[in-house]
Amino acid sequence: MIALLETHRLVKHFRGVQAVDGIDLAIRAGCCFGLLGPNGAGKTTTVEMLEGIQAPTSGVIHYRGEPLGPRFRQDIGIMFQSTALQDHVTGRENLWMFGQFYPRSLPIAELAETCALGEFLDRDTRKLSGGQRQRLLLAIALVNDPDLLFLDEPTTGLDPQARRNFWELIHRIKARGKTVLLTTHYMEEAYHLCDEIAIMDHGRIIAQGTPRALLAAHFDDVVLQLPLADIPDPPTLSGHTVIQGRDAVEILTRDVNAAIEELLARNISLARLQIRPRTLEDLFLELTGRELRA
Amino acid sequence: MNWRRFWAVLICRNREFLRDRSTLTWNLLFPISLIAGFAFAFSGPGLDLYKVGVLGDVNVGPGSAFFSARYIDFISVHDLSVALRKVERHQLDMLIDPAGRRYWINDAAPKGYVLERVLRGAEVRDSSFRKQTVSGRGIRYVDWVMPGILAMNMMFGCLFGVGYVIVRYRKNGMLKRLKATPLTPLEFLTAQVISRLWLTLTTTVVVFVGTDQFIGFPMHGSYLDLFVVFAVGAISLISLGLIVAARTTSEELAAGLLNLLSWPMTFLSGVWFSLEGVHPFLQQCAQLAPLTHIIDAARAIILDGAGLGDVSIHLLALTVMSLGFMAVGARLFRWE
Repeated sequence: MIALLETHRLVKHFRGVQAVDGIDLAIRAGCCFGLLGPNGAGKTTTVEMLEGIQAPTSGVIHYRGEPLGPRFRQDIGIMFQSTALQDHVTGRENLWMFGQFYPRSLPIAELAETCALGEFLDRDTRKLSGGQRQRLLLAIALVNDPDLLFLDEPTTGLDPQARRNFWELIHRIKARGKTVLLTTHYMEEAYHLCDEIAIMDHGRIIAQGTPRALLAAHFDDVVLQLPLADIPDPPTLSGHTVIQGRDAVEILTRDVNAAIEELLARNISLARLQIRPRTLEDLFLELTGRELRA
Repeated sequence: MNWRRFWAVLICRNREFLRDRSTLTWNLLFPISLIAGFAFAFSGPGLDLYKVGVLGDVNVGPGSAFFSARYIDFISVHDLSVALRKVERHQLDMLIDPAGRRYWINDAAPKGYVLERVLRGAEVRDSSFRKQTVSGRGIRYVDWVMPGILAMNMMFGCLFGVGYVIVRYRKNGMLKRLKATPLTPLEFLTAQVISRLWLTLTTTVVVFVGTDQFIGFPMHGSYLDLFVVFAVGAISLISLGLIVAARTTSEELAAGLLNLLSWPMTFLSGVWFSLEGVHPFLQQCAQLAPLTHIIDAARAIILDGAGLGDVSIHLLALTVMSLGFMAVGARLFRWE
């Protein structure tokens, strides 16, 4: 199956700094592909090369099996993390303007319906809330009914409710068969939305696959979590890894029953014990060796 | 060039400007206030400094006490007809011909009257100077300064309205977003130029007509010719703004660069005072500024009744500058 968007040995230098170091990616049509990585990993540079905003130093990018050309611009939609819109212009007028840039565009009413713009479509863009603004920017990205949609940290700065609402919109877009390339700092978001993810660090892809497959490949244990107050002197448990955090102690184990028995044997209260599976955040921290930075 | 895309950017930029009430009001009120202020201020006695044209070499011995009087700037002139026109237009307060024992003043000029008193009081011998009165057209200082203020307002509008706005678009990510669409730099820049051009010309016409109702300016030439001069001038100033906007990413730097361009132009282009007597090097420098040519051509049309043929050298200079500025601006332009 030919990938919709594919890169081979993609490299980008900036005055002696190698921001992207030989990346190979293949994004299937209809897939939601997540690109994750800490700040400075080369994620934004990679995405901007894929969007055609920056030219690579070397390597190739193919869209539908061909180098990026004029058709690419017409087939893609982009939602940058922070894009200013013209002041004193309404959402409807912005949609009209961007629609005029393309040979064909979706009706404004349809975009308003898809992105739930109804009540603020005719409002000056300066007067929109963060969530409303992101929905309008998403509508602008969809104005040409793109086959490939780039979403660069679309929910950064949104409250949990607005973020959940935004996820719903992405699901609707996916359901229409669109291909989505998503970058995000929220691992939960990546897990919830992405069919496939790639984790970048130091300009390279260090892991790639479906979230489930990646988790299965890297972890065969679960996490037992206790408040630090309940286990003030973390013991050494044979066959289990104990990690002391600022507020909690985590015990990584393949055998939950054995771990619990050991804790009970040491008279540690399990009233507030939580057991959770490994998450993308665990994987991210394990692979990049650092915490996420917003 | 895709006209549909160009039109969309043009419409939205116009909406943005017209709905920004504070900017629109400022663009209209600022020049009106200035002209009204000058009309009021210069209805009185006028400035302290006097300019006297001396037919022939000013350094070759008139020897009269009049020529050693303080606060009078004596300027050599060699062409009588040109000098007389400057007296008419208040660019010279008096013209004196030491060899012919004659002098000319504009009867409508208070400063001419004062200089005549000074001349007559300087030495008895000087009383032999025979008075020659320039008929004048009743040109007041406000009539002379008005084309300069209109052009200056146009300059600030064009430079900041294009240069600063594009830099703001670049800084806030708007240009990056547009880059990701099929819109080309040519379409975008042309829309910005055309939008600013018609807005500038409209506000200039509104200001001119509005202030004319209260102050009553003379117009010895053609309104259409004047419009052509302002249109060609506005294009050259907008093109100059494009150079500043081509790559600058900081609004502070853009403001600094635009001020660096606009203030020397304001002082060197004769907006407020005539460049007579200014060092020749500065007079040459002034010829490099579009504002000088706009003001000179506009004054020639308004005050002297010149036609487009008479100001063709200014129009040619403005056209050459526009082409040069546009070529440099388009070549340097970057979306980011």
